[in-house]
Amino acid sequence: MISILETYGAMLFTALGKTLLMTLLSLIFAMVIGMIFGLMNVGHNRVFNFIGTFYVDAVRGVPLIVLAYFIYFGVPAGIQGIGFSNFRLDALQAGTIALSMNCGAYMAEIIRAGIESVDRGQMEAGRSLGLPYGTCMALIVVPQAVRTMIPSIINQFIITLKDTSILSVIGFPELTNVGKTIVGNTFRSLETWAIIGVMYMVVIVTLSKAAKWVERRVNRGR
Amino acid sequence: MADKQYRNQMTDNTCKIHVTNLKKNFGGLEVLKDISLDVTEGEVVVLLGPSGSGKSTLLRCLNQLETATSGRIIIDGHDVTDRHTDINKVRENIGMVFQHFNLFNHLTVMENMTLAPVHLKVASKEQAKQTAVQLLQRVGLEDKSEAYPSQLSGGQKQRVAIARALAMKPDIMLFDEPTSALDPEMVGEVLAVMKELARDGMTMVVVTHEIGFAREVADRVIFMEGGYIVEEGSPEELILHPREPRTIDFLSKVL
Repeated sequence: MISILETYGAMLFTALGKTLLMTLLSLIFAMVIGMIFGLMNVGHNRVFNFIGTFYVDAVRGVPLIVLAYFIYFGVPAGIQGIGFSNFRLDALQAGTIALSMNCGAYMAEIIRAGIESVDRGQMEAGRSLGLPYGTCMALIVVPQAVRTMIPSIINQFIITLKDTSILSVIGFPELTNVGKTIVGNTFRSLETWAIIGVMYMVVIVTLSKAAKWVERRVNRGR
Repeated sequence: MADKQYRNQMTDNTCKIHVTNLKKNFGGLEVLKDISLDVTEGEVVVLLGPSGSGKSTLLRCLNQLETATSGRIIIDGHDVTDRHTDINKVRENIGMVFQHFNLFNHLTVMENMTLAPVHLKVASKEQAKQTAVQLLQRVGLEDKSEAYPSQLSGGQKQRVAIARALAMKPDIMLFDEPTSALDPEMVGEVLAVMKELARDGMTMVVVTHEIGFAREVADRVIFMEGGYIVEEGSPEELILHPREPRTIDFLSKVL
């Protein structure tokens, strides 16, 4: 085990950095996607409701690994096919798109549920004072919804971090992918996967503790 | 003929609320069947009736929290049933108080009261704060401006809710069962604030089960049942000498 860490330590930590980079990028995009489609599902506009529901159902209905293959291999092939022969997506781009879309669908549901958990009377009180719908949403409903959404968002954050390992299949050198390389070179599965497992675990436990702390801080002002 | 009458009402500036042939359906359910009603400036109108009679729905149609299925509602000369009317502008002038208070739970009392006036540029931040302090004094809660709603009793919450509505300096106040969710010992403090408001000449439409309040404060009492106005008159006439059997029956149950 020591020898693996000596030889491959730097490589493992670089890979961990890439895992975190992809997670962070995906979460930021997923938040935006989730906001857009989540809010579409909250209002009573039928067209928006249809688009929001369609997105969530479509993305949740496809396994992440299939989505990743589709975006990494399928989409560039299609775009090259219509004449843009230089079009490529590297593994980080394709992986981030796939993960953002996937996480965004779950985020949309978290945001929708969070907003719907706020009593209807809050919106009505705001509207009765003459405030427009969007203002009521932004200043009254969403701030209250965020509190109930925090535990689910933390959970989604952890799931997304773990899901980056699925993207090892398209060759992005994140932690799991690098693990395969190390095992391929050394044939020492037990130690390698144990080290990688511990690395994931340390990061995830640290993050969830930190997030719990944030959650307590936010709820204190009630 | 009807049109002419309508125009007359529009130009009559003492008429604050003018409702003609209002109907409201929820899906297949007809909640308001044919309501016509005028409220003049400074008048206090109390709506009585059994639950499901449509009183709250009527009240909520007045500021379009419920959209009317048909009919016309003119508030201060603005047709709120007309799509082209800027409903937010009209609502600035109509305060509403809800059964369950609906204070903004994430904001302090002061922030609850200044949010709308500041955001809608009715007042500067400083002015809005000043107004809020005055209003809180008026409802006897000047020491609660930095409290969160969760730290207040029901009666205090409702008084803040009234003050919040008044912070927009409305001409009309709507009350939707303002004391129904309160513990009995807190009903009095909220009614006292409402009485004072009535004395100061506010135009008020109140849905309530407080017959005593209706007798003491109302200029006119309206009894509703099944989506219709069954009977209306002065508190004297309607509460002490009701004519319609349905009114008599209802009052015998609640008095």
